[in-house]
Amino acid sequence: MSVELTDVAFWACAVIAVVAGALVFYVDSMARATYALAVSFVAVGVAVLLLGQAYMGAIVILMMVMEMAVMAVYMVMFMGMNPALMPMSMVHSHRSAIGTAVITFVVLGAGAVLVPWPVRRGAPPADVTAALGQATMETHMLVMVAMSPVMVATIVAGVVLSSHRSRYDRLGDDLDRRPADEPHQGGVGR
Amino acid sequence: MTGSLSLLYAVPVMLALGAVALVTAGASSALEARERGRPARTGLAVPLQETARLLLQRPRRTVSADRLLWRSASSAVIPLAVLIVAFVPLGSHALVDNPVGLVWVNALDVVAWGVMWLLGWGPNSVTGLIGGYRFLAMALAYELPLMFAITAPAIAAGSLDLAEIASAQEGLWFAAWAPIAFAAYCWGVLGFSVRAPMDAGAGGDLNGGILAELAGVDRLLVLAGRYALLVAGSAAAVPLFLGGGAGPLLPGWCWVLVKTLLLSVLLTAGGRRIPTLRPDRLLELGWVVVLPLVVAQDLVVSILAIQSN
Repeated sequence: MSVELTDVAFWACAVIAVVAGALVFYVDSMARATYALAVSFVAVGVAVLLLGQAYMGAIVILMMVMEMAVMAVYMVMFMGMNPALMPMSMVHSHRSAIGTAVITFVVLGAGAVLVPWPVRRGAPPADVTAALGQATMETHMLVMVAMSPVMVATIVAGVVLSSHRSRYDRLGDDLDRRPADEPHQGGVGR
Repeated sequence: MTGSLSLLYAVPVMLALGAVALVTAGASSALEARERGRPARTGLAVPLQETARLLLQRPRRTVSADRLLWRSASSAVIPLAVLIVAFVPLGSHALVDNPVGLVWVNALDVVAWGVMWLLGWGPNSVTGLIGGYRFLAMALAYELPLMFAITAPAIAAGSLDLAEIASAQEGLWFAAWAPIAFAAYCWGVLGFSVRAPMDAGAGGDLNGGILAELAGVDRLLVLAGRYALLVAGSAAAVPLFLGGGAGPLLPGWCWVLVKTLLLSVLLTAGGRRIPTLRPDRLLELGWVVVLPLVVAQDLVVSILAIQSN
């Protein structure tokens, strides 16, 4: 009984995720598209939860909802004509996009149907989260550890290069102006 | 999810959430009445009067509002608080016992970002929109310190299970072990429930901000929901920092209730004494001052946890 209920919940989540994902391109408002995407990701998170990955499910929901909210911030910050507040189409390159989508769907769908799926050997481990982490990271841990500082350095360098104000604008030619000359004062008064 | 309380308990738990929220709202109104020079007791009944008034009030319509999203947001605040409370262990079990309950509580408080911004965006009103963005600016400031703050009890207990975290505080509450983390957590609770001094998003200078266009039942749901979120955040603090259901004489669930009520009333009363924090100044404060302090707190807790092992 409980197994069947879980199956029904899983398929319901799968359908919600796909339908909400499709709605992203159907609605005509940036906010509705954002929230349709959030609903889609929450449904994916619940589906992952139903697969026994409680931790991954919670993390998917946490990260994606936060990401959608941050996207709302950027929407107004970077888009001059503020598409959040007026109707606009959520698609571009309409025809080629449809062609690409159909081809991708056929290829992936054919793969899922035609590939002979392996039969399960053994049983799932007690802690599936740890097992998943080991399976994806174990041999690549050194690469990941080396990558993170490089990525952070890239972000910092990107921001520094794109900012039109440098520390000489803030602190003067001899870097001794206190408090700094800011277009917008922060709360600490540096 | 074995060992969860029976779903029959959902009704009394939700009634308790409502009762604690009502008492907190009454205390807040009483304080407000006293600040305005009236006797405090005249404020006690204000939440009930306000409920009756709002139930009779007509909903407000604004020009080209996104009603679907706006109504979804105003209806989502209370369920959000209910879901957080469902993960909080009352004594030894929660409505939903989960090995990563702490992560779920965190994920749910992040959902408040989406809900509060939408409350401001939905009515197509300028004060609402500014309020929504003020909330997000403050959320960016409080959320990272909040996340690192709840890491401290998880490290100390070696678990993400709220019941295990509660039972790991046999000797000393984590609020005493990790006072900076506790303070940062309380700041975050005031933030995601949009209560003073973190209420700039719903500030009077914005004519109510995210609340400006809300009327009738929608307004009632959001006003009650803000108190419910404050209570849910306080309830989650009980297993995280305040020893869970541990206490003399009374049963565990009773202590959880008492601690939740005390914390939510204290947060309301304490928050009212601080002037509203400015969202444009808060990010630097949150990331340059509070975040390093909380990370240092995590380091101290980690060292203590390794030593005691």
